[in-house]
Amino acid sequence: MDINLNDLLRRYRSYPFEDYPVETPHTGVVFLKVKEGQTVRGPSGEWLHRPGTLLYVIERERNVKRMTALWSGQVSGIRLDIEGQFVEAGELLFSIRHQLDKEEIIDRILTQVLYIFPAPQRARYFLAPEISARMEKQFKEGVSVESGDNVLIMSLMKRDTMISYQGIPGALYKVYFKSGDTVEQGSPLLGICPPDKLQYVQKIIQRIRTEWEK
Amino acid sequence: MADSGKLLSQLADRISYLVDIKGNSEWANVGDLLGRVQGLRQSFFEIKEADLFEEIGRIEDRVSFLEDRVAEKLSPAEIVNIVRSPQRFTLMDILENVYDSYTELGGEGDCSIDPAIMVARATISRRVKNKLYSHQVMVIGHEKGRGEEYRNGGCARPWGNDKALRYMRVAETEGIPIHFYIFTPGSYPIEDYPGAAQQIARNLYVMAKLKVPMVSFISEGGSGGAEAIGVSGLRLMGSRGYYSVISPEGAAAIEGKIREGEKVPRELVKHCAAQLKITAEDNLKLGTVDRIIEEPPLGARLDDFPFFRRLRYEMLRATDEVVLKTKNFRAFRAYAFKRQAEEGKEVPEDFDLFISWNLTDLEIERLLEFRLKKYMELGKGYFLENRNVLTEGIRKTKIFASKTYYDLRYGLLRPHGRNVQKVIEEVSSEGSVFLRKVTEPVRAAYDFVFPQPERPGKVVRSEGPEHKSIFAEEWESYVSPLANEDCAVTCPNASKYGCLDLWVPDLYGEFCGVCPNCGHHFPLEYQWYLENLFDKNSVHEFNDHIASCNPLGFQGYNVRLKRDMKRTGRNSSMITFDAEVWGIRLVVAMLFSNFRGGTVGTAEGEKFVRACDVAGTTRRPLLAYIHSTGGIRIHEGTLGVVQMPKCTLAVREYNDNGGLYIVVYDNNSYAGPVASFLGCSLYQFGMRSSKIGFAGPRVIRETTGQDVPPDYHSAKNALKRGHIQGIWDRREFKKNLHDALMTFGGPNLYYR
Repeated sequence: MDINLNDLLRRYRSYPFEDYPVETPHTGVVFLKVKEGQTVRGPSGEWLHRPGTLLYVIERERNVKRMTALWSGQVSGIRLDIEGQFVEAGELLFSIRHQLDKEEIIDRILTQVLYIFPAPQRARYFLAPEISARMEKQFKEGVSVESGDNVLIMSLMKRDTMISYQGIPGALYKVYFKSGDTVEQGSPLLGICPPDKLQYVQKIIQRIRTEWEK
Repeated sequence: MADSGKLLSQLADRISYLVDIKGNSEWANVGDLLGRVQGLRQSFFEIKEADLFEEIGRIEDRVSFLEDRVAEKLSPAEIVNIVRSPQRFTLMDILENVYDSYTELGGEGDCSIDPAIMVARATISRRVKNKLYSHQVMVIGHEKGRGEEYRNGGCARPWGNDKALRYMRVAETEGIPIHFYIFTPGSYPIEDYPGAAQQIARNLYVMAKLKVPMVSFISEGGSGGAEAIGVSGLRLMGSRGYYSVISPEGAAAIEGKIREGEKVPRELVKHCAAQLKITAEDNLKLGTVDRIIEEPPLGARLDDFPFFRRLRYEMLRATDEVVLKTKNFRAFRAYAFKRQAEEGKEVPEDFDLFISWNLTDLEIERLLEFRLKKYMELGKGYFLENRNVLTEGIRKTKIFASKTYYDLRYGLLRPHGRNVQKVIEEVSSEGSVFLRKVTEPVRAAYDFVFPQPERPGKVVRSEGPEHKSIFAEEWESYVSPLANEDCAVTCPNASKYGCLDLWVPDLYGEFCGVCPNCGHHFPLEYQWYLENLFDKNSVHEFNDHIASCNPLGFQGYNVRLKRDMKRTGRNSSMITFDAEVWGIRLVVAMLFSNFRGGTVGTAEGEKFVRACDVAGTTRRPLLAYIHSTGGIRIHEGTLGVVQMPKCTLAVREYNDNGGLYIVVYDNNSYAGPVASFLGCSLYQFGMRSSKIGFAGPRVIRETTGQDVPPDYHSAKNALKRGHIQGIWDRREFKKNLHDALMTFGGPNLYYR
């Protein structure tokens, strides 16, 4: 857990992008629909129901499949040599360089700094009433938890099971789900910050929020 | 000076009204004229009184001249503007000026479950020979309000229509007539419980047999929203009102194939308004309204007291007429009534006669008969029925013969047979109990002396169809022509559930068009159902000679209609036929998508009504299988809209006579039909992947300004809000249908 937050921040400052590779899902003949450096947008709408920009078309067994962008960003490293060629599954076509915004950077930093408590099973989760009540009262300083504390209720097959926290003691910094949501196994539920780093993390986040351009 | 202030204010209103009607302030420089009046109002005290009055006189002359010019020839689009003007009278004005007193029910103002619907218990009186008679009525209508946002422009939400229905029932309990006032551009298209379509259908179903006289007045009749409170014995319409299947803007967007977000050209809107035949005169000609109430040339406004006086007289007269039709002895009164009506160019001070609005049971029966008859006649003559005298004679003879046969079989013999069987059953039960009492001791003694070893009982096979595997008879079953293509397709849920690509011959052949991984149903042509859902060679179509036409003379529609007829080889989007499902005989009405998107017009409505008649006569269950429907056909205008109550009344009649009516939705089912004769069914089912609702996502977005989730119209959501009773899989359609027929029909298939 010995992470230098300044280093992290410097890294994001020098390269505030995430490169998402665009690969073919299966074999087929590929026809590219974007150019190098073109800006593409990902799915939009309240339910992300509007598809993003058309990236390429892949045809297999006369099934023409239109593949759209899943992220917003700029097209980079496009491989024009495969235009109109038959390709194997998993062939890299290009990357989408996605510019990270403030919240995304904060999220990334937090996932590295915080201790993540993952979901043990695919189920619906609720915060334990005691924790919820404490969170309302101690909103600023954060609720401290230690191993063995009953922090969550897992609702599965009409049974509610108390889940006790196992991990380093610290302040409950982030809750990754809404009460009653179904969470997949292994997805983060809670983010715990060690007490010695709490103030430091808060300061860094504050800095990102105020100083970062976008 | 005070007078001049008032005059200026009135002039400003009159000019604004002209601007509203013309839709812009550039016409004849009315904008400048309004500017002059505003200028006079601002420099009111700086001008000499004589000069002021002189200027006012000049402006007034000009305004009167312009008003006359506008009134000379009002286009349908201008009539729409009149109706939408904030200066037009609303229901509140009617309640204040037409009725003696009223009490609003179900909330007041914004403190109501839906302020767009206003319900009031009101008193209306008449003078006959210097004696005053009061009548109690229930007034139900839309209140548009004047700029009050909570009124929602008179667009009733589902719970608003539910409120209207609740008070219709109150009126029925109390035996008082209902006056409906329709001032709606359309129903608010949301699917929150119980759903816009479902609630309108419920209203129509109840109104079909509501045991009180009902009269409606239309000022702004916007399609389904108008029908939700529109079924009545007599339908009146303001001479400057409009009654339409769709707003002219909506029609223009469809006709011009305008993309979402793009502006609809004004000329196209005007053209569509004229094509749709929405004015009072047009509707009277088409028979969709019964009478026009004259308004001033530019339409009645909120302070038009002579108009309110006329409206009061006409509402009384209309209610009298509805009531009088049901009376035993009415010859003299009807004569007097008619005479008064003939005289009545001007509204008389006194009524010649008093007609009580109370009805006896017999009169109520007659009232309902008249209502049914009236609606069954709507739209007749506006579809093609290609028959010569001989075939028509044979058809009528056939109907008469089958009616006589089935009346004899089910009406006369079956009840007697049932009674006899019931008596025999009861006597034998009594006898067996008596015999058991006598023989029990002897039998017990016998068993004790000669004990018998217990034997396993015989296995009794349950009655029912023998279910065969679809693979066993695969070689002889119908396969969709879609399966002939040698290619693969991707399931729309592939990204969500990881479905593999499907080879088309497999998908449309063995898999019946269903993704084997996630169960997504790919659309199939209606012929697949005709071949696979019903028993072999059991489908016998009837009334296929009834054909759609272009009753309004809608420009360019004839070509499209002919093209669809040629492409599909059918005359309308509805197919009606007799069929069997594992030996159970039933009547089916099927709407299919290939012909004008499965929309309903007069031909389809008439075919549906006749299918109800056939099912009623032959005592068979009625299935409405909706392959797809896009609503009411806009090219048939209000003739299409009136198919909603017409078909619903036919369904109600069939159901009340003991029929079993089942609706199954497939693919997309939207708008008018769902909000009437389909939605009113007590047993509705949806196929998987079907979409059911009132308005499509685009209309919702444009009307409410809010986006809807992608699964808003899904069958699952329809099930959640109680619209449908179950979701069926295409592969088990036949079995599910058979089960439903057996469950809901029971042993007395299908007549109580």
